[in-house]
Amino acid sequence: MKAAATAIAAAAPAVRSAADAARPATTVTPATTVAPAKAGAHAEQIWTWLAEVPDPEIPVISIVDLGIVRDVRVAADGGCDVTITPTYSGCPAMQVIADAITDALHAHGIAQVRLHNQISPAWTTDWMSDAGKVALKGYGIAPPAQQVIDISGLRAGSRSAAGRSTAAAAVARRAVAAPIVACPYCGSQHTDITSQFGSTPCKALYKCLDCREPFDYFKCH
Amino acid sequence: MDNKVNYLLRLGDNALILSQQLSQWCGKGPALEEDMALTNVALDLLGQTRLWYQYAAELEGAGRDEDQLAYLRDAHDFKNCLLLEQPNGNYADTLVRQFYFDTWHYFLIEGLTRSSDARIAAIAEKSLKEVTYHLRRSGDLIVRLGDGTEVSHARTQAAVDALWMYSGEVFAYDAVDEAMVAAGVAPAANELRAQWLAHVAEIFAEATLTMPPADAWMQQGGKQGRHSEHLGFILAEMQFLQRAYPGAEW
Repeated sequence: MKAAATAIAAAAPAVRSAADAARPATTVTPATTVAPAKAGAHAEQIWTWLAEVPDPEIPVISIVDLGIVRDVRVAADGGCDVTITPTYSGCPAMQVIADAITDALHAHGIAQVRLHNQISPAWTTDWMSDAGKVALKGYGIAPPAQQVIDISGLRAGSRSAAGRSTAAAAVARRAVAAPIVACPYCGSQHTDITSQFGSTPCKALYKCLDCREPFDYFKCH
Repeated sequence: MDNKVNYLLRLGDNALILSQQLSQWCGKGPALEEDMALTNVALDLLGQTRLWYQYAAELEGAGRDEDQLAYLRDAHDFKNCLLLEQPNGNYADTLVRQFYFDTWHYFLIEGLTRSSDARIAAIAEKSLKEVTYHLRRSGDLIVRLGDGTEVSHARTQAAVDALWMYSGEVFAYDAVDEAMVAAGVAPAANELRAQWLAHVAEIFAEATLTMPPADAWMQQGGKQGRHSEHLGFILAEMQFLQRAYPGAEW
């Protein structure tokens, strides 16, 4: 159990201040000149910088395209507040992501980076950008195939005693659990799940029954 | 101890002890896919543990953090249900324990998304998708093992029977639980129990397993800190490093 991201946010600027002093700042905006109108433009710039920070486990997609960055606010002191959300509760990459954001913004001359961890509303693959989905596919990972998982199948199954047959409920449950996933290599929808879990919490293992390639599937969440 | 702090520790302790137990399968699963699945579930539960502990520590205001709650409490201070400290046993034992827990956990977390406490509702919302995935998986595996070979059926039925007496503690509400229900923080026991029994019955029917009687006598005590001998061994391994080298970081 490592320190929470909020603790990292408090500690990171102090820890890095020595290194920052040695690094020439290129785009520091003096606090006195940050007018409200200009602050909006500045946040836009920070978003573009963050869009260049790759996800540490799937480096082909940025943390912005993944939907992890929820908010960017420029503060009166010239620093900025970045709000991030974890993909999964136990995602071990969150600390690395927090460090990468701080490093990237320091490199662009923002000395004070305050990170905030937000869990509500919960992250969903619906927040993944279209560009991110294309990048995933090019990388050999099938992007999420449907909208957020529908828990109604499971719940309907649990109420099967009130009308639905057990077999029908089971079929409904499986249908919800097994979306149609297209092979990222040949495009075939003739694929089968190998494992509901993969190399990271956000992925499952599939195999293509036509081109025979195994591949990762980024699960709907 | 404040009722809400106590309730949050129960939630965190259940998730942590099961996570620790599942981690023991790492590198020893019966197939690579199962190894990955159990460690992924363990990771989800560990993440949820941290969210519950962080909130408990804040409310408690005693200067303890999540690490101290996990590593520096003794067995009688842990409030996990007895089910979760039962040994991993064979793979059917592990999966039946998981299925009993996942079914309760899913309906509980789903209820907690409507909690009057906004922070608890937010943690539940975050956890619900993970917990849903866990339950789908463990239910599917119970069907495969129960309706599988003679050996897998026999072992699964044996695990179902042996662990049944630990399945009811989660519905045995004490004053702490009832205070949370009264405050609109937690869902009531009778509704959760009805949902649990219906889902377990449905899966067992499909798995050709015989469900033990719902009114069977049930073990209790874990929530109040009265544990089996198993918990001490689990904590000894989990807490060793922090006990031997206080404050160690890596």
